[in-house]
Amino acid sequence: MPVRGVDIKIKGLTHKYTPKSPLTFEEVNLEAKPGEALAIIGRSGCGKSTLLHIMAGLLPSTGGKVHLGDTEVRAPSPRWVMMFQAPHLFPWMEVTQNVGVGLRFAGWPKKKIDERVDEALRLVELEKFADHNVQDLSGGQQQRVALARSLVMEPEILMLDEPFSALDAFTRASLQHDVRAIAKRIGINLILVTHDIDEAVIMADRALIMAGSPGKFMDELEIDLPDPRNREDPEVQKMRARLMTAFHDATSSARGQRPAVGDEKDAGTVQQRGSEASAAVAG
Amino acid sequence: MSTDAAPQGREMPAFGRMCVRGARRLMYAAGGIVVLLILWQLGIMYLVSQPETRVFGGFGPIPTFQKFPELWEQGRIQSAISASLVDRLGTGLLIASIIGVPLGILIGRSRRFRDLSHSPFQFIRMVSPLAWMPLAVIIFATWNGAIVFLIVIAAMWPVAYSTAAGLAKVDPNWYKVARNLGASRLHILKTVILPAIAFDIFSGLRLALGVAWIVLVPAELLGVTSGLGYAIRDARETVDYSYLTAMLVTIGVIGYIMDSVLVCLINRYSWYHRRKN
Repeated sequence: MPVRGVDIKIKGLTHKYTPKSPLTFEEVNLEAKPGEALAIIGRSGCGKSTLLHIMAGLLPSTGGKVHLGDTEVRAPSPRWVMMFQAPHLFPWMEVTQNVGVGLRFAGWPKKKIDERVDEALRLVELEKFADHNVQDLSGGQQQRVALARSLVMEPEILMLDEPFSALDAFTRASLQHDVRAIAKRIGINLILVTHDIDEAVIMADRALIMAGSPGKFMDELEIDLPDPRNREDPEVQKMRARLMTAFHDATSSARGQRPAVGDEKDAGTVQQRGSEASAAVAG
Repeated sequence: MSTDAAPQGREMPAFGRMCVRGARRLMYAAGGIVVLLILWQLGIMYLVSQPETRVFGGFGPIPTFQKFPELWEQGRIQSAISASLVDRLGTGLLIASIIGVPLGILIGRSRRFRDLSHSPFQFIRMVSPLAWMPLAVIIFATWNGAIVFLIVIAAMWPVAYSTAAGLAKVDPNWYKVARNLGASRLHILKTVILPAIAFDIFSGLRLALGVAWIVLVPAELLGVTSGLGYAIRDARETVDYSYLTAMLVTIGVIGYIMDSVLVCLINRYSWYHRRKN
C-alpha cells in the first residue's frame, strides 16, 4: 500500500479568539503516523473545528506548534487540504473548473490540469458530469466534487470538518466508505472532525475524544477493524458501543474538571495515554 | 462506489421550442413599437386637427422617418452619434468604471472605509450632476472635458455601490476554500471576486448608462457644437420639427441598443441557478 501521508505532531497547542475571550482549547498534544486516519469527536463548541482550522493554517494558534511532516504549519498549503461541512463550490464554474482550480492557482499548464482533473473525477465517479455546472448536481455529488478538488492537489493530509453532516443518511454512508477507501488506496492521512460516533468508527483508525471548556483530548480509542466496515457488522457495533461509553466517560469527567489527556504533566501524549485507555477498556 | 442521483432537471428545450419562444418575444417587442407609433400618430392627428397646433404636423412619425435618409446623407446623425457616444459617453463610462469598480470593492471589503466614506460619498452623490456644470465649465478647458466630468460624477456611484452590494453577497467560505487551495490575493480577486460580482458590476453599469444618458443630452444643449443634444438644439433653433423628432428617435434607439447589450452581459455573467441547456 503506498504511503503518501506524513507524521503529524502537535505540541502544547492553545487557542483563544481574542485576548479577552476564554480559551477555546489548551495544551493539546497529538501524534499520528503516516497514512493514519484520525477522528476527533466531541460535542459542538468543544473546539475541534477550530483545532482543524489551525492545523490547516487557516487560523493562527495562540500558543504551541503544529508540524505536518517536516514543516511547521504557519499558512494554508496544497500539501494539507481541508474539506468543509458544505462543498462551497464556485457556482459560476463547471465541475472540471471547480476541481482544477487549485492547480490553476499553482500555475499548472492547462493540459496537465485536464489530465489530473479527469483522473480525480474518475476516482470519485463523476466523469459523466465533467461539463455540468455544479448547481446542476445533487448535494452528495457536490460533496464528491469538493473531494475531487481536494484530492487533485495530491495532498499528504486530507482534513475533513464534518463534511457529510448536511447530507442524507444514504449519501453520507456511501461517501464515508468511499473517502476512507480512497485515502487508504493512495496512502494519505485523514483527520476527521465529527460529532457522529458512527462516522468515526467507519472512517478512522483511531478516535480522539475532545471535551470540556476549554477543550482537551480526554481519551482515545484504537479502531482496529478490517475494511470494508459495515454498520451491521457485530464488531463495528461493539466498537461503536465502546466509543460511546468512552465518550460519555470523557464528557462526564470533563464536567468534573478532572485532568485531561492533553495535560502532559501527568499524561504524556494522547497516543501514549490513549493506548493505555484502549487497553484498559479492551481488558 | 455509488454515484448519488442527480436532481431531475428540466429537459433541454428543443430547437423548435426555442424558436417559438424567440419569435413570440420578437412579436411582443414589435407589437409594443407598433402601439407606440399608433399612439404617436393619433396624438399628432389630434394636434393637426386643432387650428392653433396645426403647425406641429412635422412632429409626426411619417415626416420624422422621411427625414432620416436626408440626415444620414448629410452625415449629421453619424457625427452626432460619434461625438456623444464615443467622445463623451464612452469616455465618461470608462472612467466611471475604472473609478467605480475598485471603489466598490473597497467599500464592500473594508468596513472602516465604508464607515469613513459613507457621509462624504452620500453628500456628493446627492448633488444633481447638472448642478456641477458651472464648476465643471470653470475647471475644464474644453466643453468635452466638462461633459465627461459630469458623466463620471453621475455614473460612478451606481457602479461603485452595485459592486459593493455584490461583494456583500459573496460567500466568505469561497475565500477560505481558495486560500485552502493555495490562492494568492490576486488569484482570489481574479478567480473568486470578479466572477462572483461580474453580474452586479454590469447591473451597476446598466444603471450608470441610464443616468449618464440622462445627463449627456441636457449637458450638450448648453455650449457644445456637436452631439445629439446639440442636434436637438440646432433643430429647435432652425424650427425643423422633423429633424428634432428624428434626433429624439435616434437617442431612444441608441439608448435601447446599449441597454440591450448590457442586459445580454448581465445574463451572460449571472451565475444564479445557471443550468446546462
